[in-house]
Amino acid sequence: MKPFAYVKPADVEAAIQAAAQPGARFLGGGTNLVDLMREGIEQPDTVVDVTGLPFDTVDDLPGGGLRIGALVRNSALAADRRVRERYPMLSQAVLSGASAQLRNMATVGGNLLQRTRCPYFYDHASACNKREPGRGCDALDGFNRGAAILGVSASCVAAHPSDLCVALAALDAVVELRGQDGTRRVPLTDFHRLPGDTPEVETVLAPGELVTAVELPPAPVAANSRYRKVRDRASYAFALVSVAAALEVRDGVVTDVCLALGGVAPRPWRATEAERLLVGGPADESAYRRAAEAELAGASTRRDNAFKAALATATIVATLRELSTGGDPR
Amino acid sequence: MSTTYADKTASATGKYVGRAVDRVDGPAKTTGEARFAAEYPYPGLAYAALVHATIPRGRLTAVDTAAALAVRGVIDVLTHENAPPMKPAPKVSFLDLSTLVSGTPVNYLATDEVHWNGQPVAVVVAETPETARYAASLVRPAYEELPAAVDFAAEEGNAVPQKGNLISEAAADKGDAPAALATAAHSVDLTFSTPPHHHNAIEPHATTAVWDGDRLTVHEAAQNIAWTRRHLAQRFGVPEKGVRVLSPYVGGGFGGKGSVWAGTLLAVLAARATGRPVRLALTREGVYHTVGGRTPSTQRVALGSDADGRLTALIHTSVSRTGRAGGMGEPITAGTRHLYASPNIHLRQNVVQLDLLANTFMRAPGESIGTFAVESAMDELACELGLDPIELRLRNEPDRDPVGGQRLAHRRLREAYALGAERFGWSTRDPRPGVMRDGRWLVGMGVATAYHPSMRMPANVTVRLGADGTVVVRCGLQEMGMGTATVQAQIAADELGVPLESVRFEYGDSDLPSGPGAGGSAQTASAAAGVLDACDKLRRTLLGLARRVPGSPLRGVRPEDLEARDGGLYHAGRGQTYAEILAAAGRGHVEAESRAGMLGFMVRTLRERRQWVRAATGAQFCEVRVDPDTMEVRVSRWLGVFDVGTVINARTAASQLRGGIVMGIGMALSEQTLIDHRDGRIVNASLSEYHVPVHADIPRIDVQWLNEPDSTMPLGLRGIGEVSITGAAAAVANAVRHATGRRVLDLPITLDKLMG
Amino acid sequence: MTQIRMNVNGSVESLDVEPWVSLLDALRERLGLTGPKKGCDQGACGACTVLADGLRINACLALAVQYDGSEITTIEGVAHPLQEAFVRHDGFQCGYCTPGQLCSAIGMLAEYEAGMPSAVTPPGAGAYELSESEVRERMSGNLCRCGAYNGILDAIMDVAGEEGTR
Repeated sequence: MKPFAYVKPADVEAAIQAAAQPGARFLGGGTNLVDLMREGIEQPDTVVDVTGLPFDTVDDLPGGGLRIGALVRNSALAADRRVRERYPMLSQAVLSGASAQLRNMATVGGNLLQRTRCPYFYDHASACNKREPGRGCDALDGFNRGAAILGVSASCVAAHPSDLCVALAALDAVVELRGQDGTRRVPLTDFHRLPGDTPEVETVLAPGELVTAVELPPAPVAANSRYRKVRDRASYAFALVSVAAALEVRDGVVTDVCLALGGVAPRPWRATEAERLLVGGPADESAYRRAAEAELAGASTRRDNAFKAALATATIVATLRELSTGGDPR
Repeated sequence: MSTTYADKTASATGKYVGRAVDRVDGPAKTTGEARFAAEYPYPGLAYAALVHATIPRGRLTAVDTAAALAVRGVIDVLTHENAPPMKPAPKVSFLDLSTLVSGTPVNYLATDEVHWNGQPVAVVVAETPETARYAASLVRPAYEELPAAVDFAAEEGNAVPQKGNLISEAAADKGDAPAALATAAHSVDLTFSTPPHHHNAIEPHATTAVWDGDRLTVHEAAQNIAWTRRHLAQRFGVPEKGVRVLSPYVGGGFGGKGSVWAGTLLAVLAARATGRPVRLALTREGVYHTVGGRTPSTQRVALGSDADGRLTALIHTSVSRTGRAGGMGEPITAGTRHLYASPNIHLRQNVVQLDLLANTFMRAPGESIGTFAVESAMDELACELGLDPIELRLRNEPDRDPVGGQRLAHRRLREAYALGAERFGWSTRDPRPGVMRDGRWLVGMGVATAYHPSMRMPANVTVRLGADGTVVVRCGLQEMGMGTATVQAQIAADELGVPLESVRFEYGDSDLPSGPGAGGSAQTASAAAGVLDACDKLRRTLLGLARRVPGSPLRGVRPEDLEARDGGLYHAGRGQTYAEILAAAGRGHVEAESRAGMLGFMVRTLRERRQWVRAATGAQFCEVRVDPDTMEVRVSRWLGVFDVGTVINARTAASQLRGGIVMGIGMALSEQTLIDHRDGRIVNASLSEYHVPVHADIPRIDVQWLNEPDSTMPLGLRGIGEVSITGAAAAVANAVRHATGRRVLDLPITLDKLMG
Repeated sequence: MTQIRMNVNGSVESLDVEPWVSLLDALRERLGLTGPKKGCDQGACGACTVLADGLRINACLALAVQYDGSEITTIEGVAHPLQEAFVRHDGFQCGYCTPGQLCSAIGMLAEYEAGMPSAVTPPGAGAYELSESEVRERMSGNLCRCGAYNGILDAIMDVAGEEGTR
């Protein structure tokens, strides 16, 4: 990797100061950034190691919500008893990502900034607008089985790779950011940007701005929730499609639902259209299917990924069915 | 050496042979003591990294190395403009099989030609591995691009008939298969496709090269150190005896380390050029770009049968590809030639050259993908006939070789299927597709036949017995985890009647007697023949020594009446220990050698091929579960029953057989190398995007063997390294067909192919 | 160059590393501890697994400077019943992934004891058995191309059974 300076600030102000320099990057667990640096895709001049900052706890919020420090390791988040009980989908989402070794390293903040696994993004010999703006996109007419089908643009079809973020999107999570101008809060669903003409800009983070925490509002519906990930092997693979869903049914009617999709869009995809159609409707399979199909109606598919719309639909239906019957999905 | 081993098979279950013995290298491998090729420290060691071409075909017009050379710690950057010359690879000749070891004929850094996307075009040598890799990223080659053909699907129409060779014919005709197909009572006619695969041994290829004048020492991840040594001597114009190749441990090969590829040559070249010991450990991506993989294929299988399911027509044709610079057409229909009795058979293998890296051997080249097609087609014919797929196979089991008419050296597929059906609970299978369930899961069961030819190669072996009772067996073969070292020690211990602990087997060093490569499932049988022969000679020598001593209880005893046991030689309850024999003869040790010449080997091989057909076979049983919503496929149970002759070590044999099945499951469900149709670039050159099976993909795998010796092989054993991958993908495909009613003709069977 | 100190296999090591040197390369090339293997150098195979302050991690994606002050255990520092169990159950062939499998398994058993769930653990926070499917899922970050997964599983179940379940 390109030589760089390494600093490990002791407090958040120093970290933000250090990262204000051009060419500086924050480093958390390193599981994505170190890989990208070795590949030459990320070439920071200064690496600001934030793992010494005190953002490594999960704390209760009034009313039953949780505040998750940005430096909480993925494995610690997944094992947290409160998360397991209040937001089971979040624990499942984390545990379905990567491997145990990587989860022991990766941080929540880093996970939000995970970059796509589109193979053309990773290969310097290929054209990629995200890696080199203006160079073109080899994925459009190349292998695009893993590519996104919602929210894509003519310049980029790369899918967002995170599992954790899909659950966060479903749970109305709010991201806390700290910069030189102070602290601000952004809904997770607004944190990641769609590619448009600038696929290299992936989030709303300002230069030098640091993710310090993610807050989960109380969500009783989330106690009945699931994360279902569909992939090419049984473990240790990125999602083809994933579904984060929470469901409340009373007297056969859907009274509350949270639904988000992974693997299908350049960002974690909150399925607001499906949610709108589901609430107040019957808790049955045909209603689930209609809602899912409506959400996927805008899908824009390419040579290899046309199956994703049907797969996403089937996975939404299966997950909601499981949540409404309380039974084993199998 | 005699060509039958009837005398040896009788004692095939000795004190150690046949037992589940712990691996001799187990402690070294579980403590971190085992050192691999990239793990030998040398004073002044420098590190090399490759620069890969990013176009499929063309000429280098310039290579800008200025930025790389400016990096602190860079020692040199070698390109075609400044690299010392290397001699071209020798032409392939079956009179010197070592000529087969060159992965490609490209003379790296002695040419401005680019033959594939990823070809090495420069080497950076630096003080640290990090510096070498970073500086390599700064080297800027410039090209004049030339038109390239890289798209297999688009080019397969240009395939030409493949040439056969001494050990593998590329075509067969018996009767009139097309006519018989046209008039068959039942028929299927299917076109299959399989993608390129890569070995993905977890150890990336690595070389540590050290020159001392014209003497060269190479620590290498190699499957054939003898051929590698000769090849390096030829390429660098130095005496072969001064070249030493060391491969005591090899972190998996599967065929991928069976040839000499760019990394090895360029490490040696870089060491020559810089005067430093040089280590070149390929990146994972670098392995994809410089080491060939399995060819993709398109295959047609057409089967015709009478109303009872007896085959009347068997057609199997294939297209595979090589590189324009290197590679060999794969024997895709080779197994089909021997599988089923049919009066009409038509086999053809075609091959197309593309501007891609040469293909190479990967576990059961030909048979692994060929059996996918023919065994899927047999299953489909069974569906068509409404006949149980095992019964269909049994009705077509041949008594002699279907094409050549030779005797089948030993074939117990009927017994394998019978045992397998019983053990797997085949009778519980409802033949109707899509009706078996476990909760919501769809359940399917499938079978397929495994087939791989049994071969042998020449092996030189020495056995030395010391007065202290220790035995040293020496043979320059490679142990990649097949259990070779352990089983040869078992054989020697039994042959000499000594405790296993007193036998040391030395291997993995080209200074040892020249051993067989680890390939073609041939190494164990090849080396065993040498060990048996050398031990026999050793016993005769010892007997000769004993008989010279007056009063020896062995006087007058004939060699064939000897019994080696308890650390000595005995007959009718009387005898002497080795220590006594050596002491009486005034000798500190005795040594015997078995030598096998290449010419004799070739003559014998060709003669034997006319006499009989030898193969390891098996019956693969697979159960899958398919999620009816998402169509995810999970293998839930597996049984393989194999007819592999004598099993020397029940533990290592089981692992070998399971390993092939695991790779077969990967091939069936997830593995494929993606090559961009526009520029021939490998798109998923990583372990995160090329999906080999993980723990969670693999169920309990039950492996059984019939354990009947093949009297035409040493100790009655057959090689087992490859047979178990054959038929595996078909067994999965057939189980998926049973679970879902869908026949997938195109590997891998990913869920998208089962949807909609 | 940054000076770091790590307790590696019980002995304190002080070394100067550039910040771009991975923990894996520091162990292998600077300290001569070649037990941790390089299989992919990108967190996709698990061959480089070591224990850092008791947690299993991929040393290839760890910058050495980030582990200043840490306690690192590589296979060279391991003396565990799993090693013998791997031999007894033939939990390897070529041996290249083995040090990573062993370190991973040791970390995995500790995680289980500490209550860490997995993707196949039933929802809720109750106790559960370390079943074969749990072990398979938890060990899926360690590829074995030889396909010794059955032997590895047997070895782990054998040792876990002796140590008792949670």
